[in-house]
Amino acid sequence: MRSDRKASAPLGLKVATACGLLFLHVPILLIFVYAFTTEDKTYQWPPPGFTTQWLGVTWNRPDVWEALTVSVKVAAIATLIAIVLGTLCAAAVSGSRFFGREVISLLIILPIALPGIITGISLRSAFSLMDIPFSTWTIVLGHATFCVVVVYNNAVARFRRTSGSLIEASYDLGADGFQTFRHVVLPNIGTALLAGGMLAFALSFDEVIVTTFTAGQQQTLPIWMLEELVRPRQRPVTNVVAMVVVLVTLIPIVAAYYLTREGDQVSGAGK
Amino acid sequence: MSDTVALTDRSAPAVLTARNGVLGALSDLFWRKPKLLLFLMLLPPVLWLGIVYLGSLFALLLQSFFSIDEYSGMIKREFTLKTYGELLQPSNLDIMIRTVVMATLVTIASAVVAFPIAYYAARYARGKWKALFYLGIMLPLWSSYLVKIYAWKLILAKEGILNWALAKLHLTGLLEAWLALPIVGGNSLSVSSTGTFIVFVYVWLPFMILPIQASLERIPVSLIEASADLGASPTRSFWNVIFPLALPGVAAGSIFTFSLTLGDYIIPKIIGTSHLFIGQAVYAHQGTAGNIPLAAAFTVVPIVVMGLYLWMAKRMGAFDAI
Repeated sequence: MRSDRKASAPLGLKVATACGLLFLHVPILLIFVYAFTTEDKTYQWPPPGFTTQWLGVTWNRPDVWEALTVSVKVAAIATLIAIVLGTLCAAAVSGSRFFGREVISLLIILPIALPGIITGISLRSAFSLMDIPFSTWTIVLGHATFCVVVVYNNAVARFRRTSGSLIEASYDLGADGFQTFRHVVLPNIGTALLAGGMLAFALSFDEVIVTTFTAGQQQTLPIWMLEELVRPRQRPVTNVVAMVVVLVTLIPIVAAYYLTREGDQVSGAGK
Repeated sequence: MSDTVALTDRSAPAVLTARNGVLGALSDLFWRKPKLLLFLMLLPPVLWLGIVYLGSLFALLLQSFFSIDEYSGMIKREFTLKTYGELLQPSNLDIMIRTVVMATLVTIASAVVAFPIAYYAARYARGKWKALFYLGIMLPLWSSYLVKIYAWKLILAKEGILNWALAKLHLTGLLEAWLALPIVGGNSLSVSSTGTFIVFVYVWLPFMILPIQASLERIPVSLIEASADLGASPTRSFWNVIFPLALPGVAAGSIFTFSLTLGDYIIPKIIGTSHLFIGQAVYAHQGTAGNIPLAAAFTVVPIVVMGLYLWMAKRMGAFDAI
């Protein structure tokens, strides 16, 4: 390759990249087309016609609303727990070196590194061993466990960039530990926590594998979706829900990107 | 903070400047004993992950040493390796081999598809394009997993867009010939191993792109310049300089694609044949069959395979590229 950074890419590379990106994006775009199709029995392409009637039908479906409520509730609580635990851990790990530091980072990453099915089945068998009935709270328990890592990753990256001298200066000027946290540390890590929290929310909102194990009668939106995939009842409603889910997850990702783009990259890379 | 302000009058007879109030005292204590603060900060997350996560994990592993009574269907709580013996039955070995082969193929294919994208994003995309590439990889990564699978159900359906496109291109014969093959074929793409394979590659692809891109971005331009100055053609520079330095990124990405494929049970359930994968076997054994010991023993397989894999990846330097 030439040193000239403005040199344009070889044609083969351009074509391969374009094909790869199309492969990544066309399926998601198709979801948008299918949400407006008039065909309601098959997945016929090209769609015989377009209509917006299914938006209204979906809007009036109580089961969709219930599932959405459960999902939002679970994701909100799990995110809160993850923010608290993830920040504490990130502060401890980045603030000092201590014996077992590596073990702690491994412990945080493990729930996301091991396949979800393992997390799911171990939680399920633990719940049944301890006679804990399945509820919204058991779903939250599972989600919070694997959401910690996302907040942790974002917070650790930010702590690394926050210089320790700021904190020392705050102490020198007479602030106590809590004041330092409130007025120096928090403003510094705030956006990273927000970004991490949003990614954790998106992760929890979308999670299905662990949820199938930890949910009882409650349906989160992904569980609802899974049922529709296995036994389709009303395909157009599923199409519309799929489109809405894509739109809803899009917002936090773009927002998290803009919140963290100065300096540390790849805020969501640790999914 | 209000305590500190409210309590300033009631000053204690302190040596130098001890702070007042409970918070102040705490703050001083933490300052004198940073270990204590560290301990208190680590306590909640470690308790949570240690008890909720590791606790359940160990409980599960423990159960893999129990066995199920064939007549009553009850779990016998005594130590035995019988359940692990069951794993070695031909039908279960089949499941494991199928899953590992699929994971390997998916990993190779993702690396091949991901590399050009990562390469372009790392070495050619600048400014606005760079941001677009970033979002262009992040959005599919974070889009709903089920929606992505659903999209492929639409695409691969008999009446779907892929068959329509192939018919327009007069290539339907080719697809039928492929589907007629054993193992990879089936009635239609959405119930064939080929379909499962495509969806796996699609869903995990961003996990492969990001680490490769990260490792490519870390290669100093001067290195490539040096290679060119020493007379290497661009192709030669690529294979002798860039590619070896990108390998840790590929290894890091493969950890994700491999591990995620090993544990997935939803993709092969929705798009694929009736032959089981490890994840499906675990799900079936713990669910209707109620055979928790066998399900637990099955989960040990991906753990062991991933352990070996991580060990090899570490030797290739994959962890520096995550």
